[in-house]
Amino acid sequence: MDLLEVSDLSVVFARRGEREVRAVDGLSFSVAAGEVVGLVGESGCGKTVTALAIMGLLPRGRWVNVTGKAAFDGGDLLGLSTSDLRDIRGRDIAMVFQDPLSSLNPVVSIGVQVTEVLTRHRGMNDAAATREAASLLDRVGIPDPRRRLKEYPHQLSGGMRQRALIAMAVACQPRLLIADEPTTALDVTIQAQILELLRDLVHSLGTALIMITHDLGVVAGMCDTINVLYAGKVVETAPRRPLFASPRHPYTVGLLGSIPRLDARRGEKLTPIRGSVRDVLPWHEGCAFAPRCDRAIDACIGRTPDVMDVHSVHTYRCVNPWPQTGPDVGPAVLVRQVAPVASEQYEELS
Amino acid sequence: MKSVLSPRRAEKLDRLAELASEPSDERGESLTREALRRLRRNPVAIVGAVVVLLFVVLAIIGPLIAPYPPTATVGLDQIRPGVIPGPSSDYLFGLDHQGRDELSRMLIGARQTLLVGIVATLLGFSAGVLIGGLAGAAAGLGGRVGRWVDSVLMRFIDMLLAMPSLLLAVSVAALLGRSLTTVMVAVGFVSVPVFARLLRGSMIAQSQRDFVLASAALGLRRNRVVLGHILPNSLAPVIVQATLTLATAIIEAAGLSFLGLGSPDQTVPEWGTMLADAQRVLSVRPELAIYPAVGIIVTALGFTLLGEAMREALDPKLRR
Repeated sequence: MDLLEVSDLSVVFARRGEREVRAVDGLSFSVAAGEVVGLVGESGCGKTVTALAIMGLLPRGRWVNVTGKAAFDGGDLLGLSTSDLRDIRGRDIAMVFQDPLSSLNPVVSIGVQVTEVLTRHRGMNDAAATREAASLLDRVGIPDPRRRLKEYPHQLSGGMRQRALIAMAVACQPRLLIADEPTTALDVTIQAQILELLRDLVHSLGTALIMITHDLGVVAGMCDTINVLYAGKVVETAPRRPLFASPRHPYTVGLLGSIPRLDARRGEKLTPIRGSVRDVLPWHEGCAFAPRCDRAIDACIGRTPDVMDVHSVHTYRCVNPWPQTGPDVGPAVLVRQVAPVASEQYEELS
Repeated sequence: MKSVLSPRRAEKLDRLAELASEPSDERGESLTREALRRLRRNPVAIVGAVVVLLFVVLAIIGPLIAPYPPTATVGLDQIRPGVIPGPSSDYLFGLDHQGRDELSRMLIGARQTLLVGIVATLLGFSAGVLIGGLAGAAAGLGGRVGRWVDSVLMRFIDMLLAMPSLLLAVSVAALLGRSLTTVMVAVGFVSVPVFARLLRGSMIAQSQRDFVLASAALGLRRNRVVLGHILPNSLAPVIVQATLTLATAIIEAAGLSFLGLGSPDQTVPEWGTMLADAQRVLSVRPELAIYPAVGIIVTALGFTLLGEAMREALDPKLRR
């Protein structure tokens, strides 16, 4: 059985006097223990809302309506009380956020912020927690951890802040880690280091990782399975290789086509996806991507496209997919793989 | 646990870290220290601090250096209707309308003024922080019940805020009767809504921030999030406000005394009362009104300057 199985998750925001927004619309995916799963899509396709819904971090109120199921280890996360959720968060499921600076409390030292997780979930006393915090910082590659514990977030570089946040997230060796665009706010060189750190950590701890990103380069370097999201639904699911070798859904193809490639001919133009993520059709009226799709046919409109090839590992939600061979998009260029040593420290020097 | 970095790379990192680290006194510094450093560089803060310090020192040692007891009518024989002797070598500030030494009364009055200012501000601060903190925490994290609690508390605070502060203080003073405690309570009471409103707004703003979401994602309990993360980030403006309130408290306390609602105890001089007394002999000796007035103004100005400079120093937007 899978560690996390999200099925038919919907999140609807309905503020009084405003048009209701279906941020997530019948989304399903699953994560096995120790697996790295990517959730990929443009801004506004519901990636972060999905993560917050799983964590139970969406504001509770009449204007937020979460339906569906998120089975974690047998129990449904969506049905848990706030206090039960609080016990699970940080201990069994942890999350790393996009912007490391704003995710750290500016007036509380790094040490206090790391140790409070340990005292909360692992019942350590202050001395033990401090020792453990230092070894955690060391583990995520922060030099001189004893000194860093006494420092404040603004005294750390961007990469170190993200390392500290990752240390807090893995402090209790969670079984599931959700990383929401963990590298978007960082320099390219540091991005690579952070990704490498995440990969090494989940590998050595056996933690499952949900990688939320819009960056296909990140996905190509890390994920075992990739879910491509569009307008709150998964439109294509596949292991890494088949997805990049023969993408079937026109949206996936479009995403891959908008990445610059090293082996492109000189003067060859990038092919962006027409329109924007706001030009969507509601899913119940057809394929949400149809208004922007080059392969749209009459069958796309009228009803929600079904998931095709349900028995293979490569599924997609499209009535007129690219043939198996696919267009010539090839594997995306994986420029984000090489980690220049200690560029972070250079950043501090300048 | 071992480091995920290979030993060779870790070594390289360590060396670079050494190269990169600036002199150690620049690093490992807390925010408070940094704010203090910025404060020291600001001339406005220096002026404010000097005035405040001078005032505090005078308030403490005033009774010791005062040349005469404040109630001794040492120059009563020189007072005639329409004649009050001015400054002389015996009485540096001259005599008041009852023949008492004005300088001694000013010096001893400083202590009274400081006492009223500090106690009143502390009263207002405590009550305001309690109410505002409760409302802010409830509104920020308490869900629907919390918003209701917040609404009830805040409507009450808004009511207080809507009344002119001096009028409010006068009503409280009139209700409790004339005494020094009354003045403190009345002046403190007036500042409660300011502190409450400020802290609540600040806490609500802070509870929207990413690190609050991040600490919730770590499963921290709600009271830990409020006390450990939201409150420390919200206190800076409130502490600055306390310095500014000290200034208004001094003026308001003097105002209450001036209106005759202050301490009935004539043996302890108070600047506001002295000002009121001087009013009767304004045509004969206007200086008698000027001394306490200048005292009040300069003190209030000192606290205001210091408070403003502190606000600038603590403001994260002005941080380099």
